[in-house]
Parts: sequence; C-alpha cells; structure tokens
Amino acid sequence: MTPLQLFCQQLANGLTLGAIYALIALGYTMIYGVIQLINFAHGELFMVGAYVALTLVLLSSAGPLPSGIPWWMTLLVCGLGSMAAAGMLGAAIERFAYRPIRHAPRLNALITAIGMSFFLQNALMLLYGATDRHFPNPIPLTRWEVGGVTVTLMQLVVWAASGLLMVGLQLLVMSTKLGMAMRATAQDLKACALLGIPVDRIIATTFVIGSAFAAMGGMLFGLHYGTINFHDGYLMGLKAFTAAVLGGIGNIPGAMVGGLVLGLLEGLGAGYLSSQWKNVFAFLILVVLLLFKPRGLLGERVADRA
Amino acid sequence: MEGFRNQTVRWAIGVIAALALPILNPNPYHLDVLTNALLYALLALGLNLIVGLAGLLHLGYAAFFAIGAYTYGLLNLHWHWPFWIGMIPAAIVAGLSGVCLGVPALRVRGDYLAIVTLGFGEIVRIAFTNLEQWTGGPNGLLGIAHPKIWIPGRGLIDFGVASMPYYYLVCITTAAVAVVCVRLSRSRIGRAWVAIREDELAASCMGVPVLQLKLLAQGCGGAIAGLAGAIFASKQGTVTPDSFDFILSVMVLAMVVLGGLGSIRGAILGALLLGSLPELLRWFEQYRMLLFGLTMIVMMRLRPQGLFGRSSQGLAPDRAHAGSA
Repeated sequence: MTPLQLFCQQLANGLTLGAIYALIALGYTMIYGVIQLINFAHGELFMVGAYVALTLVLLSSAGPLPSGIPWWMTLLVCGLGSMAAAGMLGAAIERFAYRPIRHAPRLNALITAIGMSFFLQNALMLLYGATDRHFPNPIPLTRWEVGGVTVTLMQLVVWAASGLLMVGLQLLVMSTKLGMAMRATAQDLKACALLGIPVDRIIATTFVIGSAFAAMGGMLFGLHYGTINFHDGYLMGLKAFTAAVLGGIGNIPGAMVGGLVLGLLEGLGAGYLSSQWKNVFAFLILVVLLLFKPRGLLGERVADRA
Repeated sequence: MEGFRNQTVRWAIGVIAALALPILNPNPYHLDVLTNALLYALLALGLNLIVGLAGLLHLGYAAFFAIGAYTYGLLNLHWHWPFWIGMIPAAIVAGLSGVCLGVPALRVRGDYLAIVTLGFGEIVRIAFTNLEQWTGGPNGLLGIAHPKIWIPGRGLIDFGVASMPYYYLVCITTAAVAVVCVRLSRSRIGRAWVAIREDELAASCMGVPVLQLKLLAQGCGGAIAGLAGAIFASKQGTVTPDSFDFILSVMVLAMVVLGGLGSIRGAILGALLLGSLPELLRWFEQYRMLLFGLTMIVMMRLRPQGLFGRSSQGLAPDRAHAGSA
C-alpha cells in the first residue's frame, strides 16, 4: 500500500465514523439551540436506538416475515422503527423531565439530564443485559477496490443514510414553516411565544428529531462495529458533544462539519500516531480549537449567548 | 451575633456527633460507607469553591482528585514518602494543575468552559491509563502505604485496612477544610468570587481582579481535591485510572447542586446524601443506579435551589444571566 492509498483508506474509515458522530451531534446542537441545555441523556437515546434496531433486526431474521425481502428493506424498516421509538422517548423525556424545570437555573436542567442519563443507561442494562450483544448485519459483505482503497457496502450505507438525513434536515430547517419556527425559537423563545408560535410543541419536535437522528446513528454504529454494549452511549455521546462544540454549538451545519472533522481527525490520528491515544486527540483538538476560536468552527451565531 | 453563635453551636453538635458515631455504631461496613461519603464531601467542598462561589462550571473535577492520588502514590512508591508529608505535595500539585488549566481555559466562558474542563478530565484519565512506564497503565499503582500514626504507649500504628482510623482521618480533614471554606467565603476573596459569579463585568469595573481570582478558585478547589486524592490513595492502597471517570466529576457536581450552590453545609449534606444513597439503595440490587438517576431528577424538580440554596435569581446563572455565566 502506498502512503497515498493508506491516507485515503484512513480518510474513508474516518468519514464513516464522522458521519455517525455528525448524526448524534445534530441532536445535541438542535436541543442546545432551542433551550440551551447540554442534553446528557442524548448518548443514551443513541443507545436506545441501537438496541431497538437490534431487536427489530433479530425479529426480522427470526420472525414470521418471508425470507425473500431484500436487505435494504429490512434495514429501512429497522431504521424507521428505531427512529420512531427513540423520537417518542425523546419527546416523553422533554415533557416529563425537562419542561417542568425549564425556568429553573440552568445547572438544574444539567443535573436532571445527567440523572436521566443514569436512569436510561441502567434501564437498558436491565432490559438487555450488561454483556456485549452481537449485532447481526443484514448488509452483504460486498467491497470494492477503488485505486487500491477498499470501500465496503457497509460504509456506503452509512454515508448514504447520514447524508440523506442531513440534507432532509437542512431542507426542513431552512425551507419549511416548522423549520422557520425552530430557528425563531432558538433565537428568542419569549418573543416567539408572544407572537403565537407554539414554543412547547416546537421544542418537543426538536427533541423528536434530535432523538430520531441519534437512533439512526445508533443503528449505524451497531451495524458498523457488530457489537453493542449498554455503556457505549456514554463515550459516543461525549464525542458527539465534542463534535457539536467543535462546529459551534447551536449551529446545525456546524454539527455536521464538526462530526466529520472529528471522525477524520480520529481516523487519521489512530492510523498515523497511536490508536491508544485516539480518545485523547478528540479532546485535545477540542481544547486547542476552543482556545483559538472560542465559539467553534462555525459558531458565530450564538456568540452573544453562549 | 446571636445567629453566629447559633451556627457555631450547630456546627459543633454536628462535629461531635460525627466523632462519637464510630463508638455508638462500630459496624465497619457502615463506617466505610460514611468514610466514602465524607471523602465525597471533601470533594464537594472543593468544587463548591469553583462552581458555587466563583460560578465556573467545571466538569472535569475528578482529574484533580486523580492528580492528588497519583502524586502521593508515586512519591510513596518511589521515594517512600509517608502519608503525612506526601499529602502536602499532592495538594500542591493538584492545585497548581488547576491554575495551569485555568490560564488557557478561562479564556472561554459558560458552557464552553464546561466542555474544556470535561476534555481536561478525560485527557488526564486517559493519560494516566496510557503512560504505562510511570503509572502502571490500566492496572494502576499497587501497594501504596497506608498512613501510620504514633500513639504514646502503643508505638507506631499502621492504619491498615481497618475502617475507623480512616473515618476519623477523613472526618477531621473535612471539618478542617469546611472551616477554611467558611472563613474563605466570608473573606474579601470569597466576596469577590460571589461578585464575579453574580456579574463579572460589574465586578471587574469595581476593580476586582477577575482572572487572578478565578485562577485562585481553581487552585484552591484543585488543592482540596488533591488532598482528598491522597487520602483516597492511602486508604485504598491502590490507584487505578478508572476510579476517576467522568461519572465521578458529575456525581460531585450533583452533590454541590443538590446542597445548594455556594452553601458549605449544603455541599457536605448533599455529598453525605448522594454519597451514601447508592449504598442505601443496595437493597434494590441492580435497580439501585436506576433509582439513583430517578432521585436526581425528582430532587431537581421538587427543590430546584438545592437543600440550602437561597432561591435568589443570581445564585445560578439562568437564561438572563447566561451571558456572564
């Protein structure tokens, strides 16, 4: 393998991881955008998504469904199912845990979010056990050689799924009435309420979308790594949050860029320097970036508030 | 003056009750749980200076605890420093690392500061895991000496693995640190910290040296955690990097918030409550962490200002104050 091929291979691997980070980071950034809450339970919603997808994949392979359905159909159903489940859970969390304390000091919401994270993590452990669970992969093991660089169908699926979702989100936020209301709520919640925008419903919708995206991230993570464990959500959540801050928290394109940058840097760092220190790079990059660009890569918009 | 005397009496009753407890109830398991809870109280007192008084949200506090524990552990293993001397550099190194972190980190504010400190906490933990030639890697440091004390007539006594000596050690240290914290919070420095927390711009306009005082808060908080770390290392006899994860930082923060930001007795009681709760819930076995999370949520909902917090707006930065947080 020539150095260039090696570089491209690390690039491809990093992009796959980065796409998953970006999906989770989007939820963090959207929720932070509307209510300025670091939703620590977001990593657990990612895990909920992964486990629901696992359940659905197991059901579809062992259940009464005919075996002739193509793999992408199974995947689509599992993805939508886990997104729906996590979305509903996200809305329920917002309604019963965060909404009652929306006007309390911000640290309280943070502690509530941390409590929710403990709660969900242990609920998952009780439901699915504490050991690693094998995640059966319905995607065929097709791989292509492009100029000496191996690209698997799995990676293509990750890129396609996250790309579609991100484009969809961008369209939703930039060119629908709902998106406009979301952007307005992020700018000034009180003024929006005065103007008759149903802010409670907008915030709930934000939680639904954010959680659903995390769930898709969870399914792709399970497919990509082959095993999931109930405490994977913690580190992935932390990394995704790092990605969101890297891009400028509260900024939707920023979260996508941040996720991809973090994935790429981690992939390259693990490939060239040392995989042991992989997790340090993420935080080191974050700390260094924030020192020179304290609002993240694209984070001009929240400058007056963060 | 009357109020001051009342408070002194209450503190004194609390200290006497704490000192008499092992005689009334010498169950080693209970004492061990209490010792751990008091160690948490020590950490909560330190974090209370940073978050509660100076208003700097810190999510990597466990790192200072780790630095203190490793400093004492290494000094003891390589140069056989006894605990009573080793705990001093442990506190100093942890305090200095707080200042060193503060110099760059205090350029960012609010939630960004929270995340830089979180990153710092993770970096320290992973560094201790990976620097195998010095720290023993994931296995950590083994065979750190327990404290020894000389008692007239009985000679030099090793604390060993008994629970009672550690209980007294932690109890006395916590009480001493609490007194220092009370004095500090009423001093010129403490009042300046509160001024920064309430309105940084106004404070700096009135001539409060904001940066120096923030660094001082980080340094003092770090030193207290370092001291706690040295006690922890001497008690356990081993130090492993996974004792200092993000969950620990979060637990201590939850204790401070539960007690009421800025309140010293709040920090102690919050730590005793949350620190012993997982043990009290042990009866529920595998459901205990689930219930623990639920308790945190319910407490925040029922008493948002914490046990001893004033319900004043300024105590914690809310939306309106987010800019100065």
